[in-house]
This record gives sequence, C-alpha cells and structure tokens, in this order.
Amino acid sequence: MSGTFVGMPAFPKAAHEAVNNTTLRGNLRHATHTIRAKRAKAVTEVSDWAALREAGKRIKDHTLRHLDRYLVQLEESVTRAGGTVHWAADADEANRIVTDLVKATGESEVVKVKSMATQEIGLNEFLEAEGIHAYETDLAELIVQLGKDRPSHILVPAIHRNRGEIRDIFTREMSEWGRPAPEGLTDTPAELAEAARLHLREKFLRAKVGISGANFMIAETGTLVVVESEGNGRMCLTLPETLISVVGIEKILPTWQDLEVFLQTLPRSSTAERMNPYTSMWTGTTDSETADGPRTFHLVLIDNGRTDTLADEVGRQALRCIRCSACLNVCPVYERAGGHAYGSVYPGPIGAILSPQLRGTASEIDASLPYASSLCGACYEVCPVAIDIPEVLVHLRERVVQGGQVTQQGSKVVLKPAKGHAAERAAMRAARWAFSHPGALRTGQRLASRTRRFHPRTLPGPGSAWSGSRDLPAVPAEPFRDWWQRTNGGKGEGK
Amino acid sequence: MRVALFLTCVNDTLYPDTGRAVVKLLTRLGVDVDFPMGQTCCGQAHYNTGYRHQAEPLARQFSDVFRDYEAIVTPSGSCGSMVRELYPRMGERARAEGRGDTLARTLAPVVPKTYELTEFLVDVLGVTDVGAYYPHTVTYHPTCHGLRSLGLGDRPHRLLQAVKGLELRELPGADECCGFGGTFAVKNSDVSAAMGTDKVRNAESTGAEVLCAADNSCLMHIGGTMTRLRTGMRPVHIAEILASTEEEPLG
Amino acid sequence: MSSRDAILGRVRRALADVRQDDTPYDQAIQRDYLREHGDRGVEETVDLLAENLADYRALVHRCTDEELPGVLARLLTGRGSRSVLVPPGLPASWLAGVDLPRVQDRLESTPHELDQVDSVVTGCAVAIAETGTIVLDGSPDQGRRRITLVPDHHICVVRVPGQVVSSVPQGLERLDPNRPLTWISGPSATSDIELDRVEGVHGPRTLEVVLVSGLPGDEVTS
Repeated sequence: MSGTFVGMPAFPKAAHEAVNNTTLRGNLRHATHTIRAKRAKAVTEVSDWAALREAGKRIKDHTLRHLDRYLVQLEESVTRAGGTVHWAADADEANRIVTDLVKATGESEVVKVKSMATQEIGLNEFLEAEGIHAYETDLAELIVQLGKDRPSHILVPAIHRNRGEIRDIFTREMSEWGRPAPEGLTDTPAELAEAARLHLREKFLRAKVGISGANFMIAETGTLVVVESEGNGRMCLTLPETLISVVGIEKILPTWQDLEVFLQTLPRSSTAERMNPYTSMWTGTTDSETADGPRTFHLVLIDNGRTDTLADEVGRQALRCIRCSACLNVCPVYERAGGHAYGSVYPGPIGAILSPQLRGTASEIDASLPYASSLCGACYEVCPVAIDIPEVLVHLRERVVQGGQVTQQGSKVVLKPAKGHAAERAAMRAARWAFSHPGALRTGQRLASRTRRFHPRTLPGPGSAWSGSRDLPAVPAEPFRDWWQRTNGGKGEGK
Repeated sequence: MRVALFLTCVNDTLYPDTGRAVVKLLTRLGVDVDFPMGQTCCGQAHYNTGYRHQAEPLARQFSDVFRDYEAIVTPSGSCGSMVRELYPRMGERARAEGRGDTLARTLAPVVPKTYELTEFLVDVLGVTDVGAYYPHTVTYHPTCHGLRSLGLGDRPHRLLQAVKGLELRELPGADECCGFGGTFAVKNSDVSAAMGTDKVRNAESTGAEVLCAADNSCLMHIGGTMTRLRTGMRPVHIAEILASTEEEPLG
Repeated sequence: MSSRDAILGRVRRALADVRQDDTPYDQAIQRDYLREHGDRGVEETVDLLAENLADYRALVHRCTDEELPGVLARLLTGRGSRSVLVPPGLPASWLAGVDLPRVQDRLESTPHELDQVDSVVTGCAVAIAETGTIVLDGSPDQGRRRITLVPDHHICVVRVPGQVVSSVPQGLERLDPNRPLTWISGPSATSDIELDRVEGVHGPRTLEVVLVSGLPGDEVTS
C-alpha cells in the first residue's frame, strides 16, 4: 500500500489524538450525521432493497467463486474491443506498468479520476519519483493533494476538512499548482466548487493521458463503468488520447444485466442519491470513424493481496465490497477516531477488515485494526452487499492472537500468535478455567463480595483504561447463586 | 413449562438484583423458573476477543447444563445473541477446520430455545402488560446485539409502555452503540469513552430519571460514565422495572 | 511465469476449498427484486421522470413536436448563447427557429475549441423515470461524449413516451454496451464538502431536458 502510511501507530494511539481534536470531531459528526439520515431515506424509497442486497451479495460471491474464469473472459472481451490488458501481481509491478505506459506517450503529466486502487498502490508518489506529475481531479482528492494531506474517507477523502479549512487550502496552494484561487474566495460550497472548476479546467483541456479506476468491469462485454458526480471523471475518460485504468481483480461482474442491481444500490448507499449525476461506460476503444474518446486504452488488473484474501474462507467476503462507504458513515468508531487512525487508504469498518488482509497482520497498525470496533453491527446492517464485517473482525482477531495458517503472496504460511497478547491470552485461559469450574467461580465471587468495602471505584495502571472515564460498579454483598441457594430460589426469602 | 434462567456471569457476580427481578417477574407470570447451578459463562468475551477455541468448552458446558429445559431465558441481549447467532457459527467453523459435526451437534439443541427476556415475555408468554408499576420517567437504550443480532424490535417499548406510572421518553440517537463492546472498552478506551459520553449526554437531554436497557454490561459502562459525569441519572435493567410493583417497588 | 499465470494460479489455489458448481449463470443467481417500482401508466411514468429530473436540479420543459423548434430557440436565446454545438445527426427541423452560429464537432476539434461554445443540443438514447436519468449512447443525434461535457449548457431532447422507461433494469435492456454510454442525472454536482450536495462542478452546470411528445418513430412501449 501507499508509502505514506508506513510506520503508522496502532489504532488506539492514533485515535486518542483524533478523539481530543474538537474541530475534527465536529467535522466528522456533522458530515456523517448528514449523510446517515439521507441514506436511510434513499433506501426506503425502494421497496425491494433486501432483495437487491441479497442479489448483489450472490452475484459477487458467484463471481469470486469463478474468478479465474471471469478474468480470462474479461481479458478476451477487452482485447476484442481494442483494449490492452496488463496483469500486476503487486503494487510495485502495477506502478511500473503504468509508469512505462505513460512514458511511452512522451507525456510528463496525467489527469486522474478518483481511484482507490491507485491510492492503494501509491501510484502518484511512484509517478512523481519518475518525473511524471499526476493531477487529482476529484474535488475532495484535490483538497487532499493541495493540502499535502492524507485521505480519510473512501468517498469523500477530505471529510475531515470543513469549508473554512478548504477555503484556506485553496487560497494558499492553488497558485503553486496552476490557476490561483479567485480573489476574495469565500467558504460557501458553491464558490469552492467554482474555484476547483476554474483551477482544473486548463488541465483537463490539455491532458493527453488519463488514469482511472473502475467501479465495475463486465466480463461478457469488456465494459468498464465509472460512477461519479462532478464530471471530472467524464473529462479524464473522454478527452485524453490515452486512458489507463487500474482496477482490482475483484471488480468484475459476469454480465451486463448485473449492473441493474449495483446501479441501484451503489448511489443510494454512497451519496444517498437515487442516481449519481454521471456514470460513464466504455468498451475498449471506438473505431476511427466514431472516434469517441481515447484512441488507446490500457487495463491494468491488480492482485496486490486480493488472492490472499480470497484464500480465506471467512475473510473473502470482504472482496464483495463496492466501496460505497455506507459503513464508514454509520460507524460510531469512525465518527470519533477519524479516517487517518486506520492507517490505510481504506478506513472505517471495511478498512479494518480489508487492510489486515491485503497487507497482512505483521505491522502494529494492522494487528490493531481488527479491534477497532465495538462489534455493534451497524456496518453490516447498511452494507449493500451484506458483508458481515463483525464476523470478519472477530475472525481476524483470532488470527492475531492465535496465529495459524494464512496465504501470503500466494503461498501458505503459518503465523505465530502476535507478541503483545501474552498477558491477555493467559487471562483468557484462566477465565476459561474458572468458568469451566463453577466451584472456582463461586469462590472468586465470594472473595470479591467479602472484600467489597475495600474496592476502589477507580483503578491504577492498566485498569485505568476502564476507570479513566468510568466508575467501577460496586460489588454486591452476595452473588446471585448464593442468594438462590440460601433462599431456595426466592421461595424461602423472609419477606 | 420448565424454564431455566441463564443469568450470565456478569449478572451473577455484579448484578444479582437483576437476577432476583427476573425470578420475581417470571414467577408472578406463573412460570416455574430454575437456576441450574452448573452455569457460568457463555464464552462471548473469549469468542469476540479472538479466543474461539477457548470459548468452545464453555459453549459445550452451556449446552450440557441447559439442554433439557424447554426454554432458556436470559436478561442479556448480548449473551442471548452469542448462543443464538454465534454458537451455530462455532459449529460451522469447527466443521470447516476438519473437526467434524460434533460441536455443531452438541450446541444445536440449545440454540432455538434460548430467549432474551423481552422476547420470551412477548413471543412465548404472549404478554406485554406484565402488571408492573414504576412511577418514573424512563428512556430506553436498545443495545446493539439485542437490536441488530436478535432483532428485538419494539418488544421492549411495548413492555415499557404498558407499565403503570412509567413515562417513556424517546432517546435521541438511540440505535447508536454506547461504546462498551466488551474488551473494546479497554482496548480502545478513548473512543469507547467518547461514545459513552455522547450516549449519556443524549440520555440527559431527555430529562428522564432512568436510562433503561436489556443488558447490564452496557449499563455498567453507561452507568459508570453517568456517575463520573455526575448526571444524577441512573441505569436500570428492564427486568427490574418490569418486576417492580406498587407493593414491592424495585430499581 | 507471467504475472497473468501467477495470478490465475493463485486464484485457483485460493478456491481449492470451494465445491465445483457448473450451474449456468442465468440459473445461479436468484433475482427476486422488482423489474420496476410501483404500478404506473405511461403518462405517470413520464410525470415521474419530469419530477425526478427536477428534483436533481435539471430544468424540465414539455412540449409537442410542433412546438419544439420554438422552445429550443427560446431556451438558447433566454440563456444568451452566442453559439451552439450540434451533433451530426440532429434533425435539422429542431433548430429551424434558431439563429445562432452552429458549431460542428469535427475529428480535429480540440477541447479548447469546444470550450468556446456556449450550448449544446442533443437527443438521447433512453430516459429512466425512477432515477431521473437520461442516457446518451453516441448515436448521430447525440454525438461524441465530449460535446455534452465541455460546454456549460446542455439541452437534451427526450421523445416521450417512446424513449422513457420506468426503471434501471428496463433502461439497461435497451442499451448496447458496445457503444460509449453516459448516464446523466441532473447537472454536475459534488458531495465533497461536508457530505452535502452542491450543484455545478466540471460538467455542464445547466442541464435542460425537453420532453417532446408526438415525434415520429415514437411507438409506445410499456
């Protein structure tokens, strides 16, 4: 994944700072609460939501289960339609392929449509090092790029910024990159959007190479689909002479008809709209007579940990994800910790199950992500492809504390249990022992009851993780089981 | 009907009043309740923290203790969902690990007959007016596992609305998690505390005296936050409200 | 080994636990969802299209085929346009009342040249009522994708009820995936500032949709 995230601290540490940043908390709360209510309304508008969700899940599962076949079919279809297909096993290979393709055009700048896949592989940084400048054209990506910031949301990477901060970034940075922000720019969203329009227009009109991702790829026809709002996608997909699309191998749908499910569920789940303003669909290149859009089209299919994820029978459901970000918007942990705490271009609940699978659980941040959830289940409830995120989180916790067999870069390896969990493991074992011996449990309960007058309401040391913000409950005079026995189930209670 | 009370380890140790309230309530409704002394813990903390294999013996023990009862009633949405939703999954995982059907078969009998208390009252006993009296203003927090795993829906509301003297106030942001989440409360204590504070502030905004829920684990977190924030509100388990009568007020 | 073979090999190994299943695709997926939502007559479907287009800030006009030239002339004049882009196959009669320089999209036209044009008038391939969407497929009355993108004012003529379908599934049935397709639901917009929708970024900031009845070749389909 992107080099910008290397060396991230574990989630709780990163979240600590976010929780105490009142501006950030306010920005996130405002934005996520705005979209939550709207999404709920957009979903209620379609009476068959549950059936669409189920169909979406099944289509994706079916595709993953026959992924080899559909990949080959897609390659044939795209090639037949005049495109060229490239395969990249990892981020580095994908970056090299794209860089070579750009260099072959003789160009030193490219315009980009927002794409999670290219962020995941750190394409912009790679291109920059090779002397190629990549301009992000999505408004939020532009805000992030101009602000030398990191994305914190899948759909709205600058969600952590409010309008005032965006105005400041535009005023300060636009002139460094091209057309400056208009004089006297205010913080009204319409003016900010206008500033972005003016700033990017010259880049669109002169661009010779466009780089995109794709929301869907249709195996039977070779069609790629990009769903967007602003029109920057249309600009990048139609004006340049060369188009390079970098897409994860799991983005395939078998048939044209399958779009009828996802074009209903994706817009409602992501921007809470019946339909997003613009969707572009193209199949290879057009003939020289029609001459509509790029003359050259390259599709770079990337694995980068996806086949490893596919090998895990519980975790593979994460590959159903259509990147709508509904799970981020409802997540109480995301709302308070912010996207940066997840240390990945994939933040929020889906990120907490994707990143440790795509990248493995070796780093501190990746080993902490499966715990970045209270398992409240709100994410699963809104997911339009029914990914049981809590189930995968618990499964990955197991991988962290117990280790076991996983697939890494296509090979099976056996992971050792993570180091930091030794004390917890011992405590869990002790608790399991006590709970397996009701007599021992009772002895413990009685001991606690007898010493109850000496129990503090707060704890020192590691216990302060609880009592830093919450009082401890008082221990009762006798546990229930003693009362039950003493009173014969309440029947002998002197009342 | 032979009904077992599965009180849960947390209630047994820390909240015996809730257990006594369930016994009183069910007895009043003509149910013969038993408390099998072999019960301890359903294994949820182990399971959800990543120690599924440690949770297995506890699940087997649960099944041994409870399998012969006609119904198993628990005053915890969370532990109820452990049995109903996650025991079958434990069986599936064991099968996938090549350990055969033994675990799945051992756990199967207890799964369909485990009920969260409000479910048992409304669905099995068919009552919503349990004859309770509770002259207080109350706001209800639906805990996540009860709400989303078990799908308790409006059952708790219907029960509370039928309580004499009780004034129910709608909790803003009710379906948002309180931030307890088992070991999450300590592993991610900052976020957990921030969620708890927001929950308590929302509860305060209702002006109610009591925040009620069907899960004492969540109430332990919310209540601990309430006293720390000196709100003057108190957390009460729904069983204690439903067991309360004019003659014997509780909660 | 090529990366292609490596990836395909990894996929096959990853799926080793999955049972072989050769059910044909059309039988493998249960499609219990609706083909359209609600039960509307032809008129109501057109009304819903107009309502949903307007909801996302498209300006909607309705007229008969005879009125169309007058309506288009009025819209272009009202906007103060000084030039209009015209796709090669746009019926000549549509712009009969328009007295403005017409710009043709030539192969060698640069995006900068197109950026000098004020307005564009096109037909469409299909319109979807439930979502308020018009779809362009590059037919001669619609032209290349860029002509409806670079100018800031797009007027799209929809023949009603013939080009109108109720739902997304019905819309897809009518479209040819081999053509370059653009689905348009209202003018360009963004939700990138505080997750609130604002109209008007890079695409045409004004979208006008003219629903025309009585045009030939306009057989009623459900």
